[in-house]
Amino acid sequence: MEKQPETIMQIDDLHFAFTLRGQLLHVLRGITLDVYKGESLAIVGESGSGKSVLVKTLMGLNDGNGYVESGHILYEGKDLTTLKTDAEWRGIRGREIAMVLQDPMTSLNPLKTIGWQIQEAVELHQDLHGEEAKQAVYKILGEVGIADAPRRYKQYPHEFSGGMRQRVVIAVAVACRPKVLICDEPTTALDVTIQAQILGIIKEMQKKYGLTTIYITHDLGVVANVADRIAVMYAGDIVEVGRCEEVFYDPRHPYTWALLSSLPQLGVKGEPLYAIEGTPPNLFQEVKGDAFAPRNPGALKIDFVKRPPMLAVSPTHKARTWLLDPRAPQVNPPEHIRALREKGRALKLCEEEGTHA
Amino acid sequence: MPKATEREKLLEVEHIKVQFGKKSKPFVAVKDVSFSIYQGETFGLVGESGSGKTTIGRAVIRANPLAAGEIRFAGQRISGRLTKEQDQQVTQDIQMIFQDPMDSLNERAKVGYIVAEGLYAPGRHYTEEQRRELVAKALSDVGLLPEFASRFPHEFSGGQRQRIGIARALILNPKFIVADEPISALDVSIRAQVLNLLAGLQKERGLTYLFIAHDLSVVRFICDRIAVIHRGQIVELAGSEQLFAHPLHPYTQALLSAIPQPDPITERKKKLLVYDPACHDYTTDAPTWQEVEPGHFVYGNTKELDGYRKAVQA
Repeated sequence: MEKQPETIMQIDDLHFAFTLRGQLLHVLRGITLDVYKGESLAIVGESGSGKSVLVKTLMGLNDGNGYVESGHILYEGKDLTTLKTDAEWRGIRGREIAMVLQDPMTSLNPLKTIGWQIQEAVELHQDLHGEEAKQAVYKILGEVGIADAPRRYKQYPHEFSGGMRQRVVIAVAVACRPKVLICDEPTTALDVTIQAQILGIIKEMQKKYGLTTIYITHDLGVVANVADRIAVMYAGDIVEVGRCEEVFYDPRHPYTWALLSSLPQLGVKGEPLYAIEGTPPNLFQEVKGDAFAPRNPGALKIDFVKRPPMLAVSPTHKARTWLLDPRAPQVNPPEHIRALREKGRALKLCEEEGTHA
Repeated sequence: MPKATEREKLLEVEHIKVQFGKKSKPFVAVKDVSFSIYQGETFGLVGESGSGKTTIGRAVIRANPLAAGEIRFAGQRISGRLTKEQDQQVTQDIQMIFQDPMDSLNERAKVGYIVAEGLYAPGRHYTEEQRRELVAKALSDVGLLPEFASRFPHEFSGGQRQRIGIARALILNPKFIVADEPISALDVSIRAQVLNLLAGLQKERGLTYLFIAHDLSVVRFICDRIAVIHRGQIVELAGSEQLFAHPLHPYTQALLSAIPQPDPITERKKKLLVYDPACHDYTTDAPTWQEVEPGHFVYGNTKELDGYRKAVQA
C-alpha cells in the first residue's frame, strides 16, 4: 500500500450557479474532490457536465453572473471562494495555478510576437528582465520542442501551425512556474499524430517542474494515456472517482458503464453500437435523485427519489450510486464491462505474480 | 464480404487534381488521386488536417472544380460541364453531411425550411402540403419529432442538430452521401447515436457513404474500405481489417500508432511512430500505385513495394 499522498487542494461540497434571464442554473451540485500533490487527475464528462466551470472556479474565471452558492476550495490553507476582486486573484492565477486552454487559435494574442507573450510571463513570475528573460524564453521554447528559438521568438502566432501554437501556450503556462497546471481539452483541436506529441510534452513538463496537472477531456483515450486518477462528472456532480485502472477495469457507476460501452473501439463491427438514450437533465430544474437515472435502463426505484451518497469501493475508489449500498439488488453490468473486468483481473494476477517472482 | 470485383462501381474518381490560387502560382491540394466506391459500401478517407480529404469530398459534390481528371457517378461523367438535367439529377443523387452542426444550419431559418430547402429547387414542383409531409417523414426517419419543423436550430442540442443535417441530406432521396467528419464535433455519448443512425439508414435504403474522418477508431468501426491520404496523395488503400492487420506505408503505420486507446495498460505501452517523408528515396526510382495483395494498394517505388509484399506474406 502506498502511503497517503499529500493533498494540495481540497474541494468541499462546492455548489456553483449562474443567474440567467431571471432563472438559476445550478451548474455544480456538491462537488467534493481532493487533488494530491504531483499527481495527474483527469476530469471526464460530456459537454455541459460542468467540468470547465469547475476548473474556472478554481481560477475565478467564470462569467460575472456566476457565483459560489456554498462550499469551499482549500488551496494550501487558503479558501479560494473568499477571493472576490481580480487583485485578490492575481496571487493565484498563473503564479500558483496556470491553465492551458482548448483552442490554441484563440488563446494567443495575434498582435504580439510569441516571444513577447512568453517573456511577459517570465518577467512577471520569475522576476527576470532584459537579456536574462530573453534567454529564459529561448530555454523554454527548446523545452517544449520548438527548434531555432531566436528566429521563432520574433514570429507571430499566425506563422505557427496548430500543434506548434499549442506548444507555445504550454510554454506560457509553464513560464509562470505554477504548482498546478490545468489543461482544458488540450488536444481536441489537434490531429491524432500531433495530439500524442503534445501529451508527451505536458507529461515531460510535469516531471521536470513537479507540477500537479488537472486534465479536462471527453476523450477516454487521452485519459488512459495521462491520468493517475480519474473523476467522472455528470450533470454537475462527480459520479465516480478512482485510480485510472480502477475506473477503466472496474467501473461501478451506470454512467461510467454507458460511457465505456459506447466507445467504437469496443464495438463489434456490423452491430449497432451501445448508445446512451436521451439527453442530460435540464439544470434549470432541481435534479431529484440520481441525475443519470432517467437515461439508465436498469435504474432502481430509489434512484428517482433520493440522491445516492458517495460510497467507497476501495480506499481510493468511490462512486455515487445506490448499487453499492448493501441493500441494493445485484445488478449485472453490461457485457462490455464484464469483459473489461475480466481483463482487469487477469492483469492484476499478472502483476501480483510479477511482484512475487 | 462479397468480392470487390463482382460489385458495381457507383463512384469512380480517376486521376483527379484540385488546385487553388492563381494559375501562375497554383497550390495543388489534391494530386493524382484515384479510387472507386462500390454500391452499398462505406468508404473511409483518413488523413490529418490539411491533407486534402475535405477537398476531395467537395470535389465529389462538385463544389471544387477539377484541374485534371474525371469523376464518374453510376458510369456517367459528373465533373466538368453538364447539361441542366444531368446537373439536377446529380445534385439529387449526391448529398453531403457537414462536420459542425453548430455552423452548418441557418440560424434564422426554421428547421422545416432548412430540411425542405432542396425541395424548392426549380424543376421540382411540390405543393406546400407535399413538402410538409416529406419534411415530417425525413425528420421521423432520423429519430426527431415532426413537430420540430416549426422550431429554430438554436433550440436543439448538438446531436439533434446533426440529425437535422442528416434529414436535410436525406430529403432528396440521394444514393450517395459524402459525410465530412459527421461526428467529430459531437460528444462521446452522442457519437454512438449518430453512428448507429448512419448505419441503420444505410441498411434500410442501400446508401453508399464516403466517410471523411481523422479518428481512425471510428473509421475502423464503420468503414468497409479505408484510404489513407497524405499531402493530397493517397498512400494506401485496403479493406479496413486488412489495413489494421498489415499497415504497410510508413505514414499509415505512424497514424495507426497514434490512435488513443481507452485502455490504460495498452495506451501506456504503445510506441509512437513518427513519419518522416525523407525516409523515401524517390530520386532514382519514381513511386507508383500498386496492388500488393488482393484489394490492398500501396504507393511506393519498386524496392519498397517488394518489401511490402514480403511483409504481407509473412
